[in-house]
Amino acid sequence: MTSPLEQKKIKVTGPVVVTANRTGDGAVIYRLADGGWTTTLDGAAIATNAALAHELMTAALADDLGAVGAYVAPVKLLPGGQVRPGNLRELIRLGGPTIELPVAIATAARVLESEHART
Amino acid sequence: MYVYDAFDRTLVTERVAEFRDQVARRLSGELTEEEFKPLRLLNGVYLQLHAYMLRTAIPYGTLSSEQLRMLAQVARKYDRGYGHFTTRQNIQYHWIKLAELPDAMADLASVGMHGMQTSGNVVRNITTDQWAGVAPDEIEDPRLWAEIIRQHVTLHPEFSFMPRKFKIAVGAAAHDRAALRIHDLGLRLHRDDAGELGFEVMVGGGLGRTPFLAQTIKPFLHKRDVLSYVEAILRTYNQFGRRDNIYKARIKILVHELGPEAFAKEVDAEWQSIKDGALVLDDAVIGDIAGRFQYPVYEKLTDSPPQLAAARRADRGFDAWMTNSVANHKVPGYAIVTLSLKPEGGTPGDATAAQMDAIAEVADRYSFGEIRVGHEQNLVLPHVAQRDLPALWRALDAVGVALPNVNFISDIISCPGLDYCSLANARSIPIAQEITRRFQNLDLQRDLGRLHVNISGCINACGHHHVGHIGILGVEKNGEEFYQITLGGKADENAVLGTLIGPAVPYVQVADVVEDIAAAYLELRARPDELFIDTVKRTGIEPFRERVYAAR
Repeated sequence: MTSPLEQKKIKVTGPVVVTANRTGDGAVIYRLADGGWTTTLDGAAIATNAALAHELMTAALADDLGAVGAYVAPVKLLPGGQVRPGNLRELIRLGGPTIELPVAIATAARVLESEHART
Repeated sequence: MYVYDAFDRTLVTERVAEFRDQVARRLSGELTEEEFKPLRLLNGVYLQLHAYMLRTAIPYGTLSSEQLRMLAQVARKYDRGYGHFTTRQNIQYHWIKLAELPDAMADLASVGMHGMQTSGNVVRNITTDQWAGVAPDEIEDPRLWAEIIRQHVTLHPEFSFMPRKFKIAVGAAAHDRAALRIHDLGLRLHRDDAGELGFEVMVGGGLGRTPFLAQTIKPFLHKRDVLSYVEAILRTYNQFGRRDNIYKARIKILVHELGPEAFAKEVDAEWQSIKDGALVLDDAVIGDIAGRFQYPVYEKLTDSPPQLAAARRADRGFDAWMTNSVANHKVPGYAIVTLSLKPEGGTPGDATAAQMDAIAEVADRYSFGEIRVGHEQNLVLPHVAQRDLPALWRALDAVGVALPNVNFISDIISCPGLDYCSLANARSIPIAQEITRRFQNLDLQRDLGRLHVNISGCINACGHHHVGHIGILGVEKNGEEFYQITLGGKADENAVLGTLIGPAVPYVQVADVVEDIAAAYLELRARPDELFIDTVKRTGIEPFRERVYAAR
């Protein structure tokens, strides 16, 4: 989990995706094969060699408006075809913190806030 | 506490307008990320694993209840209903959307708050003792000097592009509660033999990859010279600091490589040319800023009102909290109360919006509307009348901030770690949570006594693990989380860096290791009241190392 943000040379030793954060809200996104981004790993473009990874990165970096901090991240390909994050850092980026947030409170608060805004 | 004047308010408001425009140009594509990044950093806006993170400055850790309510409001409106108090007395929000940031900043600006210089290669939040202004052992309130320096270095054009960040702490008591020696610049207020007020100046502290303790380069600097001398230090740093190598760019490297005497000479050479100029702090200048500090009008009360003793006898929980979380105040009849943000199984330093609101409420009722943030990631109510302590305790207990574990093993200092931070190698919060579960028994915690556990998820050491009694550093080995354990660190006036006890242990064993260390202490201590840190100093780490690694 050493910060991949320092990647200078792309090394591909297994399947990878290109990931970044969405500019507007910082959400975790993955590069699609035909351009653009998705927030789920399932449709993401998978590269299995450095050349393809480089191609995806170049396209990703060109989208400076839509995405910030693009880098190459490992994934695991399961026998059934599903794609999973390739290390703990990527697991946390996709799934959120591994700890409980006070989500119940936050959710309730947002509901109250939006109800208040309507009145 | 310091009250902003029209100038301060205008500065913050204009900053929001400027940032709003910068965000708009970023979102329209007029600004690239490369152009935008330094601009957002100067407002404390980071990009983390899941989202943007906003770090809001809490100057020298002092908050009004109005400000705390706004922090709660921002958490609710723009984040996920909670905030995280940091080891530099700031607050962080971990789920902010860039597009909403200008509005969040405008809300904060309405109560005089901002994120200016909480990131970037500038002078960061100037921190101090969370008991500033009310501690019995204090010379004078250090916050006045923190404010004077803060005003000077905010948007200072000469110090906006330094080799690296610069962290200052100011203390005013013999017992250092502000961790002065681990700062780039530590200033200790004291009096010389003639009774004049001045500072011991300590430079070159810092943790991270290459930890150093600050060295005293001037034992006594008269108060009128503090601004010019700080300027000379910053200029020396700007001149000679390494800009070519980010790992050698902090002033601690410069002080280490030159040696403190040579470094002091450079500072003095610069200082001689400016010490009698515009930066002299005469009484008028000091008085002007001091005049904007509002202090409570204390009642004339006596210590230990009888109802207090009765309340302690009547309720063991209240009694335990009194012993643990309530400290003596310099004014008779008052007390300093620490609020534990370290619940069992919780995230150290986090507070929900609901908790913040409740704390603001009790601050209004019982603490003249003032709250402090400590670098240990707890909160403080600094002006509580002793007669109000029973009612205060009930109110705090109701929102879960009255656990009597302050300074105990479950009062853990921890960075956010890999669950949030893009710099991290390993998680820190779940480690803290598991430790608090293992030691949930308060009798055991009381028996262990004062025991500081510090956890960092990477070598940047935001959890200050180097100076923990037990320090835990997360590292990555072959894709797995491992943790290095150090013992014997201290952050006070006798600061010392901890010693590594052996090879890193895997994630699942860390809590076991801490239990082994605690058990070893109970066996090794010379007397029940020999503190953990003193036992470690006396025996050395060897008996602890043996115990921990015997079975591993």
